[in-house]
Amino acid sequence: MTTHSEANPQKKTEELESVVIRFAGDSGDGMQLTGGQFTNTSAVLGNDISTLPDFPAEIRAPAGSLPGVSAFQLNFSSSEIRTPGDQPDVLIAMNPAALKTNIKDVHHGAIVIINEDAFIPRNLERANYESNPLEDDTLKNYRVYRIPISTLNQNALVDIDISGKAKDRCKNFFALGMMYWMYERPLDVTIEWIKKKFAKNELVVEANIKALKAGFHYAETAEVISTHYKIQPAQLKPGKYRNIMGNEATALGLVTASTLAKTPLVYASYPITPASDILHELSKRKNFGVKTLQCEDEIAAIGAAIGAAFGGSIGLTGTSGPGLALKSEALNLAIIVELPLIVLNIQRGGPSTGLPTKTEQSDLLQAMFGRNGDSPLAILAPCTPGDCFHMALEAVKIAVKYMTPVIFLSDGYLANGSEPWMIPDYQSLDPIEVKHPQLTSEKFLPYLRNESTLARPWAIPGTPGLEHRIGGLEKEDVTGNVSYDPQNHEKMTHLRAAKIQAITQDIPDLEVLGKPEGDVLVVGWGSTYGAIYSAVEKLQKQGASVSSIHLRYLNPFPKNLESILGSFRRVLVPEMNMGQLAMILRAKYLIDCQTLNKVQGQPFKISEITAGIEKLLSSTHEVKNVARSR
Amino acid sequence: MSLEVVKNEKLTRKDFTSDQDVRWCPGCGDYAILATLQNVLPQLGIPREKYAFISGIGCSSRFPYYMETYGFHTIHGRAPAIATGLKAHRPDLSVWVITGDGDALSIGGNHLIHALRRNVDLKIILFNNRIYGLTKGQYSPTSEYGKKTKSTPYGSVDYPLNPTALALAAEATFVARTHDTDIKHMTEVLKAAGEHKGSAFVEIYQNCVIFNDNAFTQVSDKQTRDDLSIKLADGKPLIFGKELNKGIKLNQGSMEVVSFEADSPPDDLMVHHATKDDSVYAHLLARMEEIPGLPVPLGVFRAIQKSTYDEMVQAQVQDAIEKTGPGDMEKLLNSGDTWIVENKA
Repeated sequence: MTTHSEANPQKKTEELESVVIRFAGDSGDGMQLTGGQFTNTSAVLGNDISTLPDFPAEIRAPAGSLPGVSAFQLNFSSSEIRTPGDQPDVLIAMNPAALKTNIKDVHHGAIVIINEDAFIPRNLERANYESNPLEDDTLKNYRVYRIPISTLNQNALVDIDISGKAKDRCKNFFALGMMYWMYERPLDVTIEWIKKKFAKNELVVEANIKALKAGFHYAETAEVISTHYKIQPAQLKPGKYRNIMGNEATALGLVTASTLAKTPLVYASYPITPASDILHELSKRKNFGVKTLQCEDEIAAIGAAIGAAFGGSIGLTGTSGPGLALKSEALNLAIIVELPLIVLNIQRGGPSTGLPTKTEQSDLLQAMFGRNGDSPLAILAPCTPGDCFHMALEAVKIAVKYMTPVIFLSDGYLANGSEPWMIPDYQSLDPIEVKHPQLTSEKFLPYLRNESTLARPWAIPGTPGLEHRIGGLEKEDVTGNVSYDPQNHEKMTHLRAAKIQAITQDIPDLEVLGKPEGDVLVVGWGSTYGAIYSAVEKLQKQGASVSSIHLRYLNPFPKNLESILGSFRRVLVPEMNMGQLAMILRAKYLIDCQTLNKVQGQPFKISEITAGIEKLLSSTHEVKNVARSR
Repeated sequence: MSLEVVKNEKLTRKDFTSDQDVRWCPGCGDYAILATLQNVLPQLGIPREKYAFISGIGCSSRFPYYMETYGFHTIHGRAPAIATGLKAHRPDLSVWVITGDGDALSIGGNHLIHALRRNVDLKIILFNNRIYGLTKGQYSPTSEYGKKTKSTPYGSVDYPLNPTALALAAEATFVARTHDTDIKHMTEVLKAAGEHKGSAFVEIYQNCVIFNDNAFTQVSDKQTRDDLSIKLADGKPLIFGKELNKGIKLNQGSMEVVSFEADSPPDDLMVHHATKDDSVYAHLLARMEEIPGLPVPLGVFRAIQKSTYDEMVQAQVQDAIEKTGPGDMEKLLNSGDTWIVENKA
């Protein structure tokens, strides 16, 4: 559908179902902020959205350099989407380095908007361009718009009394304004945000708003961009929505859990990427009784959380892979003393310091087995940014009901990615029951277990008559006294395992996407949900015999997992690691699962999953044909 | 385990004695410390259920099992961190950390200094026997240079750490030293620590009869101890000696011993004040053992008041509630830019 713009009849309007935009620039260019604003505006407009921020570990790598490029990709759509998109339809490159590092991901025929002011010899050299890509055939397969964004922005702000450098910092809003015109977005959400964000400096507010509007009007009137695009609101489930990022949803889920449990939260943490935003978010929630402790190290952080749990709070710590390694001894303490504890592990690329700002799912085996002794605990993994809220609630519920540590395996992609989230009705959420025993006429026994959950009582200091001791030495069954008895140790080892298995009674059955049996079953966990769902749905529409399940409970597994696995000829496990879930599934269920691995610090593209499934489907057919010909 | 809620006013040592058999070596200094603390706690006027004893790993760290209070025998070196979390959540409790020289100063050095600098209201009791006992006799961070042990048959080449100097450098608001053979002195010091609001650090010279016997004869030998140690008393001049005929004065910035006729000390002796605002004087006390001829100070080096961590953490919560009202979950969930998707059907 093509119509003509009212403001400028020279310009056409086209309707599109969805668009993938990537903003790319120098770390100092404000690309994350620009992308975030486009996201919020699109969300409020009612589009479905999914985002992928991608930034370097360095705060400000040398200006104009390749390692200093920061990018933000977002997919917005009038239909349901589940990933940030495989390839950008539009790339905004604020400098040569941004063009160089991002152009390879952009499909041919896509729009590339260039800040041509930045394509000066010095910047070209920093980006290792031997010739100017605007003048050779580097961009011949793209629809290129060369726009002197820096100059236009400076001109627009000529009357504002701030430095030239400060004016230049507004150029991302100029670019954003152009994009708002191109995709028919209103300016008001961003204008309100600017007013709030820079409230202390009127001139900066004025400059940024002026840059935003100038960009919008430039795109509307200048004879450069001839078409703009309409993307209708998506038909999401009716309800009230907000845009939410994974870490934000995690923090919100925890505060909600604390309120539902009428038990204060103590969050002890040590700064680490990409988990720190949870500490920032929770430290704002003091009026909910939340206490946040920034500790001297990762070990102190989990120690403080365990101490707080001993005192009767919901004790939490948050970290990423290297921090989880440091916490493993204390995690085992929580296992043997059987206190509730939630450990948020926002995974990133490893080993060692690895890729701090990039995503990976390579801590599953560490979470499962990374401790001395037989030391089972519960493991959960949210599958979308919004699901972080729900799984954070689940983590707290399981921890306090079963008196166990729970590891919550999120990752960098979920942490910083965002999506529209239907705000739950608080009143309809189930209360979380927390019980602290009081003195009765019975002798208090710290390790006397609940028959159904096998949990021990959570008696807290300050309770008269229940004074007792716990510790890391093996406990005698029932009394909790120190015991070196061989039979007792074996019994306690079994009890600790049985308690974790008992959680199965509270885990919902897996739902199969597609038919309950067939050729290929795709098994995913955590943040790969969107890509797997989209790939499987697409192939199903083409008639392929493929279904999928997604694990959000990784220890224990849902009860019906084994029977589902047995209903398919082949099982494919896509993971952002070298096959960690596959290893567990093979060991536990003796099934021959195929792996599909990606360890590039980037989430799966839909096409990568589709290709993996197709490959397995074709080999399945070959096997079937061979069988038939016999 | 008692089924009765023990009323505070009639608490005795027996009320703080658990039903577990004490398993330290016969003759270990830990027995005296246990008995002393079991006697001191009833004097502090705190209900028994409000006490929590947190320990790390080592001989001393078995302590909580023998106390009829809430107790948590944790992992090596981490007791101050765990106690910090407990106290931050529960400022109403009296939280004690029981630790040793290996636990607190080697593996747990980081947690110790940070608990002290934050002034968490914890009573940290360090049993210093200058040896690893539970692992059967390796040198510790407080073992003297050149010490021959199982792991240092040719003598240790590690320089030792000074626990009181470390505690002062870490901004502890209460620093004291006592020893396991003087029950009266230990009682006074532990009581003062128990009454102090803020992080209290007490070093107890504790004799290990098996692996490092007679490590503290300087303070324990009845013949010589009065001449080799000095008991600090607030507001009193630094006088010591069997005949009370020796004192300490500052000479050009250095401490030195002066002798005098008993009962007529000179006017220029140093006078002990544990409550001085600055910690310079307390640092001098902590460093006395470096100067040959000076006695080992025993008693409270420093005791000052400043807001505690747990108190301030709690105050911020209260303040936020007063200023913005108690948290409203509905409001929080619905905050930020929101929009409504209508039911089209």
